[in-house]
Amino acid sequence: MTTDATAPAGSPGAPEAGWTSDELMTVNAARALSGARTCFVGIGLPSTAANLARHTANPGLVLIYESGTLGSKPTRLPLSIGDGELADTADAVVSVPEIFNYWLQAGRIDVGFLGAAQVDRFANINTTVVDRGPGRPEGRLPGAGGAPEIAANCGRVLMVLRHSTRNFVRRLDFTTTVGHGTGPGDRERLGLRGAGPTAVITDLGILRPDPETAELVLTDLHPGVTVGQVRAATGWDLRVAADPVTTAPPAEAELATLRALKAAGRSAA
Amino acid sequence: MAEIRTLHDAVAELIHDGDTVAMEGFTHLIPFAAAHEVIRQGITDLTVVRMTPDVVYDRLIGAGLVRKLVFSWGGNPGVGSLHRFRDAVENGWPRTLELDEHSHAGMANRYVAGASGLPFAVLRGYRGSDLATRTDTVSTVTCPFTGEELAAVRALNPDVTVIHAQQADRDGNVQLWGLTGVQKEAALAAKRVLVTVEEIVDVLEPRPRGIVLPGWVVTAVAHVPGGAHPSYAAGYSVRDNDAYAAWDAVSRDRDAFRAWLKDHVYDGSEPR
Repeated sequence: MTTDATAPAGSPGAPEAGWTSDELMTVNAARALSGARTCFVGIGLPSTAANLARHTANPGLVLIYESGTLGSKPTRLPLSIGDGELADTADAVVSVPEIFNYWLQAGRIDVGFLGAAQVDRFANINTTVVDRGPGRPEGRLPGAGGAPEIAANCGRVLMVLRHSTRNFVRRLDFTTTVGHGTGPGDRERLGLRGAGPTAVITDLGILRPDPETAELVLTDLHPGVTVGQVRAATGWDLRVAADPVTTAPPAEAELATLRALKAAGRSAA
Repeated sequence: MAEIRTLHDAVAELIHDGDTVAMEGFTHLIPFAAAHEVIRQGITDLTVVRMTPDVVYDRLIGAGLVRKLVFSWGGNPGVGSLHRFRDAVENGWPRTLELDEHSHAGMANRYVAGASGLPFAVLRGYRGSDLATRTDTVSTVTCPFTGEELAAVRALNPDVTVIHAQQADRDGNVQLWGLTGVQKEAALAAKRVLVTVEEIVDVLEPRPRGIVLPGWVVTAVAHVPGGAHPSYAAGYSVRDNDAYAAWDAVSRDRDAFRAWLKDHVYDGSEPR
């Protein structure tokens, strides 16, 4: 689950095998944090990207973890959101009720950064249960964690997850966390104050909600990836921007920093 | 004033069959040794409450002692699934497990209400989520001042809250520091409070970011060095990430799990 999917040479996303498809995804997710002041960080891929951003695109980025840390500056990737280094390097450590009530709910945080098990065309998220067919019990996922309120109350939401028809589904088996609901106006109707998901970064490209319909549209392709590959990995009839752009290849510095962060995390674990 | 007891005696006196028990600690300071003592004593039909069930409740669930789980995120942090939890939910092994499932913000506020002596808490949450369709402890309330509709969550008041802390003094005053999670609220919400500690000291020296629970809100203290392992106690130990990773293979297989419990819990490899 946490291992990297190393793309073989010639496969999509790794034209010269100079990087893995996961590295492409993480580098682009880190770039998406340019200009953000504060980020509420989910564990896993979002934490990797947010820590990379703090070492590359956005050195001043304030990392906030739901374990109660404000302004964590870890030098290695934490395995859990409660690793001691997150507290030891933080500007402030507060209780869990305080982080959710005073900091998140009050609307003080710019970006919420989430992973997901299932996403639909309106960037709603399922992390609770999956339907495994007639006569079989529901498959159990970890559950909501902080996501429903992170997505409701942050200024905007970024999502990062691998692209497959298993993850990008026509219909969610369960709505854990609301992105754009059933379309335009739904967030306002539900009283969700932030802008909701503004980008979904995957190992194939980037999807963004159409300003008119709130439906996710493929706007960016990673180097070497084709529109057909992305559509084939999406469980609905994915719309494509008129002229999708190609993301810049990972820079040497981005890759070196990412690999060093991951190596430091492994040696500490 | 809290009494200083052995772990065996404190668990036997405070935790009973059928109780609602909260063992809190957000990744840090998880009271593993106390949970293992519950397993050794076979205290059963429990309703267990934790924001993150973690490996500690995976063990209680797999041991067949849990009737109902109240929680908000049930994974092995940084590793993957909790397999004993999944086996109980998906297959009813070793017994069916009732769930009361929330978001983190909802659970935190349920403890705040419980600690505050209120019947419910108010938050901006759950709107549009299917979570509210599967529990009777989430509802809505209309603000009497603005007319805004907000989420209401029912207070949590456990029979017993169990936490692990760095230090207590001989009067049972307790101090914990580092990530202190929701432990203060969970303790003040409960009828009885058991605290296991790394160290018993003559005088509690105030620590940066520390919180103190006065001995008169604590029922019993037990001296259990290393009692959070494989979680950790800042200033005393570091998180044993290898043990969390190793739990994945142990917990995938029912027989491997049972063998692990026998070797590491029932045969009493921990201080009593």
